[in-house]
Order: sequence, then structure tokens, then C-alpha cells
Amino acid sequence: MSDTASSASGAAAYRPRGRGPLRRILGEPLGGLGAGLVALAVLGAIFAGVIAVHDPITIAPIDRFLAPSGDHPFGTDNLGRDLFARVLFGSRIALSVSLGATFLSLLLGVSAGLVAGYGPRWLDNGLLLVFDALKSFPTVMLALFLVTLTGPSLQAVVLVVIIANAPSYARMARTQTMSLRHAEFVLAEQSLGAGAVRIISTHILPNIIGPLLIVASMDIPVVVAIEAGMSFLGLGVRPPTPSWGSILNDGFSYIRESPWPVLAGGLPIIVTTLGFTFLGEALRDAFDPKRSGGEKR
Amino acid sequence: MLTYAVKRLGLALAVVGAVIAVVFVMIYVIPGDPAAVALGPRASPALVAELRQRMGLDRPLPIQIVRFYGSVLSGHLGNDILSNESVLTIILGLMPHTLRLILGAMSWSILLGIPLGCLSAMRPGSIFDRITAVLSVSVIAVPAFVIAIYALLIFSIGLHWFPAIGAGEDPMDELYHLVLPSLAIGLGWVGYIARMLRASILDVQGENHVRTARAFGLSERKIVFDYVLRIAILPTLTVLGIGIGQMLSSAVFAEIVFARPGIGKLVYDAIITRNYPIVTGTVLVTTAFFVLVNLIADLFIAWLDPRVRYSLQR
Repeated sequence: MSDTASSASGAAAYRPRGRGPLRRILGEPLGGLGAGLVALAVLGAIFAGVIAVHDPITIAPIDRFLAPSGDHPFGTDNLGRDLFARVLFGSRIALSVSLGATFLSLLLGVSAGLVAGYGPRWLDNGLLLVFDALKSFPTVMLALFLVTLTGPSLQAVVLVVIIANAPSYARMARTQTMSLRHAEFVLAEQSLGAGAVRIISTHILPNIIGPLLIVASMDIPVVVAIEAGMSFLGLGVRPPTPSWGSILNDGFSYIRESPWPVLAGGLPIIVTTLGFTFLGEALRDAFDPKRSGGEKR
Repeated sequence: MLTYAVKRLGLALAVVGAVIAVVFVMIYVIPGDPAAVALGPRASPALVAELRQRMGLDRPLPIQIVRFYGSVLSGHLGNDILSNESVLTIILGLMPHTLRLILGAMSWSILLGIPLGCLSAMRPGSIFDRITAVLSVSVIAVPAFVIAIYALLIFSIGLHWFPAIGAGEDPMDELYHLVLPSLAIGLGWVGYIARMLRASILDVQGENHVRTARAFGLSERKIVFDYVLRIAILPTLTVLGIGIGQMLSSAVFAEIVFARPGIGKLVYDAIITRNYPIVTGTVLVTTAFFVLVNLIADLFIAWLDPRVRYSLQR
């Protein structure tokens, strides 16, 4: 798992280390493409109200299953709602859930990992077991199970994302913390009388957070997929709120009558997951000291 | 090897024990009354109270957890609310359908992923390698259920090449019904395996024993298959072991999209009818299955690669 599309394309190109990481990301063809696709999704979410001519939830039964046209760029769904508007407003749900849930997973995962890595052995063993247990649930099964308990909601989606992703961040943070806890600067701080909280928050955390941020950013497409997947199964946002998954769900019921709703629901998911993946890969390559600059394989 | 196996087995059992505890915590401690959820919003308080008593929810927590462990470990996962059949029997009856789907997905990922990975690694930086790399990343990124729906739309409904519904009647027909759903699940893994294998082949090629083999003048083909691939394939096996768990998740979508019988369809329908024991039972069974598969994969790897056996001795 150490080679990537983007590094392969830059076969023998030599890059001086002095170039800024941003230039390096955008300089890679795929990094630039990824950034473009992500920008498309973000701009769509921010300016949804300005770009969309129609309202995403107004029903117009006469106009059902219209093919794409100038007035309805993506066509209309089974209730005659404008799919383009629904896709645009759906990006708000997709982006806010994926960013918010990823942030929460990082926060909880890293905190637990720091405690496990710095705390006593018994606590470490106990937490490791919890991480492994949480990681063992097949994500969709977990989602279906949790939703039977809580009912479908965005909070349920966020909870599923946290349970699915936080254990890996916790494990990473734990391993890194353990490798640092006997480092000289930590011992020096301990001998100066610093408490565990201070050592963890001001000395260990800044040293381990970089790689974790990159891993989390590469997980964003996965989170977008979880949100869309749960909404597709009717476990996420409630109708009539537009989400890409619920557009797919509505369209899937009528897939034999019109292909447009399904195509409109799937397209933004593909664009966003590809965008974040390409961008994440470029980000990782740019910040990985082993591959940024110098010779690449 | 035996020490490793025993330790690894102990770890797996501990994880299963913890999984049961986590499920218990989710059912009984998360705010929200399972009895009320099971009966739906229009149930009378008296009815809810009666079900609470029948489910043992009015007992103290420690007694509940002991009873929960007891019933789960003895294989009693409750009965289907509608048919009153044992949940375990229902799940085990449908498991083969889902397993066949996963097996199909694994076949795709191995049959396409390994050759692609090998060919890319033999000519790193070539056009073929670059195209494979971009395609691999792309199919990994796009969620399996989107691929499944698009495949259904294009190849079943649009072109009528493959059937859209069900699992088929006789073996050949079953295989025919399996093509699209298993490809939809497996496609991402084709990319994943191709990438992993390419990277690990390039790693192994730099090792001393390969240089020695080359110095002896062995043919490139022999070097790749006998000296490189044997080692480079190991991480791929681990990934496949973990992959089964994720394929199980994708299988839920594939079963719903292609209307196939199986565990995913079972739970999905159970949620609509609020068939609570089925959902809990399936989560426990599939998670235990995932832990078991990982255990087998790890033991297999340890058997192939002695270095792994020492990693657990900490």
C-alpha cells in the first residue's frame, strides 16, 4: 500500500524540496483534478440557493420523470421535483456530515488512543479490546442495527461513522504515543514535573496529529459513501430533505420508468468520492517525507 | 506456531466477548426503550410495560447482562417475531446465499486483481501501469452500491444482458445471476489488490535473495513467480481476510439492489417490520463470522510466514 497513481505518473521527475506543498498537490495531474472536483462539490453546496432555479422539495406531479433539458439540467424525479436542485442541496448534507463526522471521529479516536498509549498497561489492553470489537462490526450491519434502536436520523449516521472510523484513528494514535512516551523530550518534561495532561496535549499530540489528519482526509470519501448508503437504505436523512442517497433511493423504486433520477443521484457521489480520493492521495504524497521530492519509483 | 495459534485464538475469543458486551450496551444502555421501539409509536404504555417485563428490561443491569451473555453463548438469539422460528436457524439458512455472493466477489478480485498487479509491477511507469493505477484508485473510491445500481441500470435494464432479480434456479442459472452483483462488490477489490500487489512486488524485488536469483541468471518469469510473488502475495491475503468483512457490508446493498435472498435482505426487511431479534441476531452472527475469518487469515499467514508468529509476543 505504498504506491499510488500520482507517484507513478511522476516517474523520474525530480522535485526540489523547497516547493510548497500546495503547489506540489495541484501540480500533480490527479491532485489538480481532485481539487477541482472537490471545489465543484463545495461550491455547489455553498451556492445551492443561488444556482438552483427550482425549489428542491416543491412537488409538481405533472412534470414527473422529465428528461434533462435547459430548465431541468438533470431532469425530474417521481414527484416532479427538479433533480439538479436536489443534487445541489444534497451536497450540503453530504459535505457537512462527512466533515463533521470525520472531525468527531478524529477527536474521540485520538483522545482514546492517547489515553491508551500513555496510560497504564491494563487500561491499554482494555481499550485495545474495545477498539478491536468496534472495528469488527461490518459497517452496514452496524448501521442497520443502530437504526432499529434509534430510528433513522442524521445523528445515527454520525454515530455509525464514529464507530466505524474512530477505532483506526485510536490505534494509530496509540502506537505513535507509545513510541514517543519514552522519548527524551518527554522524559525531560516529566522530570520538570509536568503532569500527564500537559505532556499529552502540548508535547505528544502535536507530534502525532499530522499523519492522522492525512489518514482522516483520505477517509472522507468513505464517510460520504456511508452517508449516501444509509440514506439510500432509508436509514439516514428523513424525506423530503434531499440527500444523494435518498435521491438514489427514490429513483431506484422507479428505475424501470426513468433512468434520470438514479443517474442524478449517483453522479455527485462518484464526483465527490473521486475528488476527495485523488486529493487525499496527492496530499499524502506531498507530505510524506519519503516521497516528496527526490527520486520516486 | 502452536503458541501463536493459542494466543491468537484467545484474542479472537476476547474480541467476540467484547462485541457481545458492546451490542448489549447499545441495546440496553443507549437512551430509547427497545420495547417501545419494537412495538412502534402507537403502542399503549401497558403493552410496552408487558413487553419490557417479557424482555427482562425491568431487571437490574448486572442480571440483564449475565442473562444476555448466557443466551447468546448458548446460541439462543431469540425467535422471529412473525414466524416464531429460531433466528439462528433463519440466519444460517440464508448465509449460503450471501457467502456465494462474497465468494463471487473474491473470485473477481483475485482473477483480475492479481494479473493486473503483476503486469503493472513488471513495467513500473509504463502507460499500462499508469492507466491501471488511475483506474484502481477510481474503483476503490466509488461506493459499491452506486456501482451496483449503475450496473443494474446499464446491463440489466438497458441492455438486457443479465437478469435483474433473484438468485436463479439451477447451478448455471445461479452463476448467471451472480455475475453482476458479485462484480459490483468485487470491482473495488480488484483495484485494491492490484495496487497492493504492485507495491509489495516492487518492495520484494529489491531484496537480496532476488538479486542473487538474478545473478544466477534465472529467467525473469521464474524469478517473479518463484521468488517474488510467493512473498509479495502475503499482504494481499491479509487484506482479503479483512476484505470479507467489508464485502459483507457491500453484499447487503447488492442483495437489496438485485433483490437476491440473503442476510442483507433479511435484515433490511426485518427493519421495516421492526423484527428486532432478527437484526440483533444477524449483527452478532456476522460480526462473529468476521472475527473468525480474520483469525483464519492470520493463522494462515503465520503458517506461511514465520516472522509473523513472533509479532504477537509482546
